[in-house]
Amino acid sequence: MISPIELSIIPVVAFIIPVVFVVVIGNDRQRLIRMSFSVSALASFISVVAGAMAVAGHSVEQVVLPLGLPTLPFHLRLDQLSGFFIFVVGLLSFFVSVYSVGYVSGLGAGKPVKRLIVFYNIFIAAMLMVCLADDALCFLVAWEVMAASSYFLVMFEDGRSENRRAAYLYMVMAHIGAVLILLSFGVMAGVTTGFEDFSCYTFDAMRAAKFPLKWATVAFLLSFFGFAAKAGVIPFHVWLPEAHPVAPSNVSALMSGVMLKTAIYGIVRITFDIIKVFPWWWGTMVLVLGLVSAVMGVLYALMQHDLKKLLAYHSVENIGIILIGIGLSMIFTSFHLPVMAALALIAGLYHTMNHAMFKGLLFMGAGAVLHATHERNMDEMGGLIHLMPWTSAFFLVGCISISALPPFNGFVSEWLTFQAFLLSPSLPIPMMKLLIPLGAALLALTGALAAACFVKVFGVIFLGNWRGHSQHVVTEAGWSMRAGMSLASLACLCLGVLPAIVINWMDAISESLLNARLVTTSGVYGWMWLTPVDPERASYSGPLVLIGIVAVCAVTYVLLHVKPGNISRVPVWDCGFKKLTPKMQYNAVSFSMPFRRIFGFLFDIKEQIRLTPQRQHPAFPENSQYYLRVRDRFWGWLYRPVIDRVVLLSRKAGMLQHGRIHVYLIYSFVTIIVLLALL
Amino acid sequence: MNLQVLAQVNSFLAALVLLTAFAMLSQRKINSLVTLFAWQGLFLSINTAVVGFVASKHHLYISSLLTLSIKVILLPYILHVLVVRLKIRKEVETIVNIPTTMLIGIALVIFSYHLTAPVREMSTLITRSTLAVALATVMIGLLMMITRKHAVTQIIGFLAMENGLFFAATSATYGMPLVVELGVALDVLIAAFIFGIFFFHISTTFDSLSVEQMESLREDN
Repeated sequence: MISPIELSIIPVVAFIIPVVFVVVIGNDRQRLIRMSFSVSALASFISVVAGAMAVAGHSVEQVVLPLGLPTLPFHLRLDQLSGFFIFVVGLLSFFVSVYSVGYVSGLGAGKPVKRLIVFYNIFIAAMLMVCLADDALCFLVAWEVMAASSYFLVMFEDGRSENRRAAYLYMVMAHIGAVLILLSFGVMAGVTTGFEDFSCYTFDAMRAAKFPLKWATVAFLLSFFGFAAKAGVIPFHVWLPEAHPVAPSNVSALMSGVMLKTAIYGIVRITFDIIKVFPWWWGTMVLVLGLVSAVMGVLYALMQHDLKKLLAYHSVENIGIILIGIGLSMIFTSFHLPVMAALALIAGLYHTMNHAMFKGLLFMGAGAVLHATHERNMDEMGGLIHLMPWTSAFFLVGCISISALPPFNGFVSEWLTFQAFLLSPSLPIPMMKLLIPLGAALLALTGALAAACFVKVFGVIFLGNWRGHSQHVVTEAGWSMRAGMSLASLACLCLGVLPAIVINWMDAISESLLNARLVTTSGVYGWMWLTPVDPERASYSGPLVLIGIVAVCAVTYVLLHVKPGNISRVPVWDCGFKKLTPKMQYNAVSFSMPFRRIFGFLFDIKEQIRLTPQRQHPAFPENSQYYLRVRDRFWGWLYRPVIDRVVLLSRKAGMLQHGRIHVYLIYSFVTIIVLLALL
Repeated sequence: MNLQVLAQVNSFLAALVLLTAFAMLSQRKINSLVTLFAWQGLFLSINTAVVGFVASKHHLYISSLLTLSIKVILLPYILHVLVVRLKIRKEVETIVNIPTTMLIGIALVIFSYHLTAPVREMSTLITRSTLAVALATVMIGLLMMITRKHAVTQIIGFLAMENGLFFAATSATYGMPLVVELGVALDVLIAAFIFGIFFFHISTTFDSLSVEQMESLREDN
C-alpha cells in the first residue's frame, strides 16, 4: 500500500511530463495541448486523492529527499493541514486542467502555447511543493519557483506594455513578500536554536523551540506581511487587479483560486503550528486587516467594469473573509478557548476551499466569455444567456456561491464565520466586545455588497441586449471548457449541500493544530445537519434547504407552464418613447452609481460630462459624453510616494556613476587611503 | 656575507624599486615606460633572490626566476608588441600634470612610512624596513592608473601595483607559499593577454585607446 506522502510526491514529479511533451511533440499543437493537459489533470487528481487521504488518515509522515544543501536536504512533511491545501490545490488544478484543453486550443495561433504549458505545470508543482515543504530552504525554493513561473504566466502576452508593467509589479510585490518571509525564517532559526548548523532551519526544530515573545512577534510580523503581500491583503493588493486580467483565464483561475491560498497556508503554518503561543493582539491585527480587505475589496470590485479586474478585487475581499476566520481563531486560541478557535479556523479554511472552487469557476466562466466575445469591458456585452446558455448557468452558480447565498458553498463558510463572531461575547477583553459586533456588521455588509456586485455582473453580461459595437459571432464554449466549469459548479453545490460531511473530514486539521474537535453533527441524521456549537444555538441543513429551493422552483415552474396561455412574449414597453436602443439599458457604470455616491470618499473619482454645443446656441447641446475614471486610492497614498522616493534616491546614487574609469579608480584609491589612515 | 650587509643590499634594492616607480610616474614616453617597468621587475627579482638567501627559503629562488622571466622579459615584450601593433607613438597623456603627480607620490611615500611605523617596531625580520617602500609602490601604481588617460599606461600602472604587492609579500613575510606565487604569476600573465586582446577591440571600436572615450558607454539617466 502506497502511503499518502509518496502519493503526493508522484504528481509533483508527474508535472514534469508535460514539459517533456513540449520538447518531444512540440509542433503538433492540438495533440500537445490535449496530451499535456490530460497529464496535468491526472497528476492533479492524484494529489486530490493524496490530500484527502492525508487529512482522513490522522497521521503525520515525513520524508527527507536527497536534494538541497549537503547539510540541509529537502525535508517534506504531510500532515492534515498540508494535506488539506494539497487537496484544494489539486482539486482546482484538476478542474482547470480539464478546462484548459479547450481554452488553450482556442487561443490565437500566434500565442506562445508551449511556454504556457511549461510554466503552467511548473506552477502547479511548485504550489504542491510549498504545501509539502518542511524546512525553510525547501519552502523558499518552492515559493520562488511558484512566483517566477506565475510571473512568466502573467507575461503571457508580453507584446503589450500594460502586461509587462503588470508582471513587473507582480514580481516586485512577490519579492518584497519573499524577502520578508526569508527574514522571518532567519529570525526563528537564529533566535531559538542559534546558528550551530543548518538543521535549525527545519520546521521540526522551529516547532520544538520556545520563542521569547519579542522575537516571536518580530518573526510573526515579518512572515505575516510577507504572506500578506502574496495574498493581496489591503494595502498590498495593488498587483492583483493588474496581474489577473492580463494572464490567460485558466492561469487567473489558478492564481486567484489557489496561489493566494498558499499564503494563507503559510500564515496558518507559522502561527498555529510553529509559534503556537501568541498574545491576543496578533489575532486582532489579522482580524482588522481581514475586515478592511473584505469591505474595501468588495467596494473596489463594485466600481470595476472590466470583468477580470472585478474578479481580482473580489479575491481581495475573499482573502479578507478568510483572514477574519483565521484572526478570530487566533484570538480564541490566545484566550484558551480551543473549541471556538477550532470553529473559526474551520470557517476560515472552509472558505479557503470554497473560494478556490467558486473563484476558479468564475474565472473559468470569465475566460469562456472573453474567449467568445473578445471583450473585457462588461459594458460592451449583454444578452449572452441566449448565446451561451451553459456558460451562463455555470457562471450563475459561481455568482450565487460568491454572494454567500444558499444552497451553495459560500453561504456555509460565511455562516460559520458568523457563528464564530456570535460566540465572541465570551471574550474577557472589553475592546474585543466592541470590535466583534462591528466586525460582524462589516462582514454582513461585505456579503450584501458582493451580492449587489454579482447582480451587476450577471445582469450586465448575460441579461438584456448586446451593448457592444463589435458584431462578433458569439458561440457557446467547447465541451472541455464546459466540463471544467460543470465540475467546479458541482463542487460548489456539494460543498454547500453536505457541509457536515466535509467538516467532519476537516476536523482532523483543527484536532492536529488546536487539539480540539468541532462537534458538527448530532443525532441519527448527522450528515444532514451542520451544528457547529450546540443544536439549540444554530444549525443549518444543506440538503433540506436544497430540497426547499428545488421544490419552490418546481412549483413555480409548474404553475407558470401548466396552462399554455400563462406566458406570452411581447415587445418591451418603451414608455411611449419610440426609439429604444441597447444603450438605454442599465450598464455596469450606472448600476454601481449609488455605491459611488455613498462610498465615494474611498475612491479617487474623476467624473465629467462633456457637452458639444450646437452651432446655433450653446443651450442646445448636440452631443453629450460621460467620462468616468475610478482609481484605487492606495496607489496615490502609499505606493506613489514610496516609488517617488526610491527614484529620487537612485538618481542621487546614480550621480556617483560617471562612467569614467579614473573616477572609479579615485573612489577605490580614496577608500584605501581612508581605511589605512583610520585602522 | 654577514646579515648587516645583506640588509643594506635589501634596502638599496628597495630604494631602486621606489626610484623606478617615481621614474615611471614622471616618464612621458610609452616605450621608456615599458623599459622602466622591466627594470623594476629586475630589481624585484634580485631582491627576492637576496631575501631567499638571507632567510634560506629556497622556494624564493624559484619565484625570483619566475619574476625574472615574466616581469622582466615576457610582459615587457608583450607590452612592446602591443605598442608597436597599435601604433602608439604619442606621448603619455596625463590628467594631472607631472610635477603635481610627483608631489602626491612623495606624500604617499611619507604616508606609507607613517603607516608602517608600528610594524617596523614589532617586526624582527631584516626586511622590515622595506615594507613601507612596498606599500608606497602599490599606491604609486594606483596613482599612475588614476592620472593617465591612456589604457596601456593604466595597465603598466596595474602591473606596477602587482610588483608592489609582490614586494610587500617578500619583505613582510619572506614570500607567500610557492603555490600561491605560481598562481599569481600565471594570473598576471593571463591578465596581460586579456588586456592585449581587449585593447585591440577597444582601439578598433573607438579609434583610440584613451579611456575617456568609454564614457560614452554610460547609460543616460
